[in-house]
Amino acid sequence: MNTTISADKDVLLRIRNLVKHFPVKLGAFGEKAAVVHAVDDVSFDIYKGETLGLVGESGCGKSTTGFSLLQLYKPSSGSIEYDGVDLVRLKEKELRPIRKKIQIVFQDPYSTLNPRMTIGEAIAEPLKVHALLPAREMPARVAKLLTDVGLDANVANRYPHEFSGGQRQRICIARALASEPEFIVCDEPISALDVSIQAQIVNLLMDIQEKYKLTYLFIAHDLAVVRHISDRVVVMYLGKIMEIASKDELFGNPRHPYTKALLTAVPEADPDREDKRKRIILTGDVSNAIDPPSGCRFHPRCRFAAAECSVHEMKLDDIGAGHLVACNRLAEIGDRE
Amino acid sequence: MEVKNLETRFKVRSGYVYAVNGVSFSLGKAEMLGVVGESGCGKSVTMMSLIKLLPPAAQITNGSVKLDGVELTKLSKKDLNAVRGSKVGMIFQDPMTSLNPFLKIGLQLSEGLVYHKGMSMADALKRSAAYLDMVGISNSAHRLNEYPHQLSGGMRQRVMIAMALLSEPGLVIADEPTTALDVTIQAQIVELVKELRKELNTSIIWITHDLSLLAGMVDRIMVMYGGAIVEEAVRGEIYKDPRHPYTIGLLNSIPRLSADTGKRLSTIGGAPPNLFMKPTGCPFAPRCRFRMDRCEKELPVLETVPGAAPDSGHRIACWADVRDNK
Repeated sequence: MNTTISADKDVLLRIRNLVKHFPVKLGAFGEKAAVVHAVDDVSFDIYKGETLGLVGESGCGKSTTGFSLLQLYKPSSGSIEYDGVDLVRLKEKELRPIRKKIQIVFQDPYSTLNPRMTIGEAIAEPLKVHALLPAREMPARVAKLLTDVGLDANVANRYPHEFSGGQRQRICIARALASEPEFIVCDEPISALDVSIQAQIVNLLMDIQEKYKLTYLFIAHDLAVVRHISDRVVVMYLGKIMEIASKDELFGNPRHPYTKALLTAVPEADPDREDKRKRIILTGDVSNAIDPPSGCRFHPRCRFAAAECSVHEMKLDDIGAGHLVACNRLAEIGDRE
Repeated sequence: MEVKNLETRFKVRSGYVYAVNGVSFSLGKAEMLGVVGESGCGKSVTMMSLIKLLPPAAQITNGSVKLDGVELTKLSKKDLNAVRGSKVGMIFQDPMTSLNPFLKIGLQLSEGLVYHKGMSMADALKRSAAYLDMVGISNSAHRLNEYPHQLSGGMRQRVMIAMALLSEPGLVIADEPTTALDVTIQAQIVELVKELRKELNTSIIWITHDLSLLAGMVDRIMVMYGGAIVEEAVRGEIYKDPRHPYTIGLLNSIPRLSADTGKRLSTIGGAPPNLFMKPTGCPFAPRCRFRMDRCEKELPVLETVPGAAPDSGHRIACWADVRDNK
């Protein structure tokens, strides 16, 4: 991958050749060993202060990538440099001081809060674990975090079940903020919420990013939300990166056949547009990650696939201004949909 | 189908949950109706109440449901089963759990035909294979002998669609049929349903939480909130000239794919209501920008929008006139 483009911006995370394979047992008695190729040789950079959107369909490896960055999964191989330090090589003990700088907000605010802990205890937990604050100063900090995420400061003594889904997600965000992180992985943070609540949480994430000077990896399958919140976007398919570009490039000038199809598949709340639009309907289903297709992983569903596509692995090529595409047939495809 | 003043509640430990509070609507022959709302707004319970497909804790306390002139709420269990089996088809959200993992696809498809239509197993299987072809499953004769786990999510949903259509029902109720699917698979299913609709002349009720999804596919849309219909109109009208504050807020809060929406999304404050109490006023009042005293005291009724085009069927349940104030 071309690294010169990142020269003028500070790279916070440099991910190189990240691989995560999960061994599984198949067959009725688990007699067959197999490997799920969840993430296969993925390289990209995350710049300081940006929001990098990571999109793809279920099973494409987007969450696995996010979890691997935080060392919640130990990568099978590859390197993840954070501020110049390769996290993959660190021992758990050496990793701990870095953990407070890298946090996560999960999809489901119902199962990620301990029902027996008060909100205040949950938010203070990272402060305690990392011994960041003397005990007597904790209530004031918790109160400040609660108000920062738009909740009342005096709810600290209540339990999770007393809150709605949107409020719980605010609590999870406050907990992620407690250790004053630099980087937060947002793993589908709004997809479990009601439509009318989603916009509230998106706005909150953008507000606190500005206030706390945060860098986000925003994992989602809702492309409209990703367009709204991201600076750059990575598109994954079956464990591989298909395309990386700035938001305007990716949505305005998508090059990869998969990205093109993905974008036309998303319905929009505009009947005139919907009645006129020509949809690219991808045939078939996503292939199996246990036995991924040879060559380009997308070729069995690609409208432009040629014989070479099932032979050659695709490399991400820079087609200019940091727009990277993994497709060998770009010249032949051109602007065709 | 004609539904009048339908009310359904659930008995829970501390009293009742009033899930559906006086819903009235009609559905024409071969019409496709979209029902949209957030979780807990009563959209699924309303539609399941039509054919009494409800858990034991649920009671239909009021209202009438007429299908082809037959009152369904008063039918015996046996007669109701006949209706469910032959006149109304169902497609559920999760094709992973609504197929029996122990039975072959062919048996699950043909069982209804044998039971309700008295067909022989051989004929039923033949017909099942034909319907699998129709929903775009190749090699259908072979698929009949497979089990659900051998099919992908999108294929399973196609099987569910075939199953719903097999008895040639006049009405199909589809409850969030694409929510569990990826967008590219969702696009496949939507195209399929649009095509089948032209061929089969069936009425369809499509339940969803996704207003964007309905923009390209239905004839008419009903927006539900707090167990009631708050707005109803032909498709284009809902998006171009929404009149209920909830619909307006919802449309404004969805980011668009085709354009950058700017820095902040507009939001609807607060959270959806819980329905432990029967709402006395407008259920949306606590979150509404246009709230007046009257809204908290009197339940607004669904009335034709002043100045609406005559063929738009545009009705809202709102005391305020928000025309110039969106």
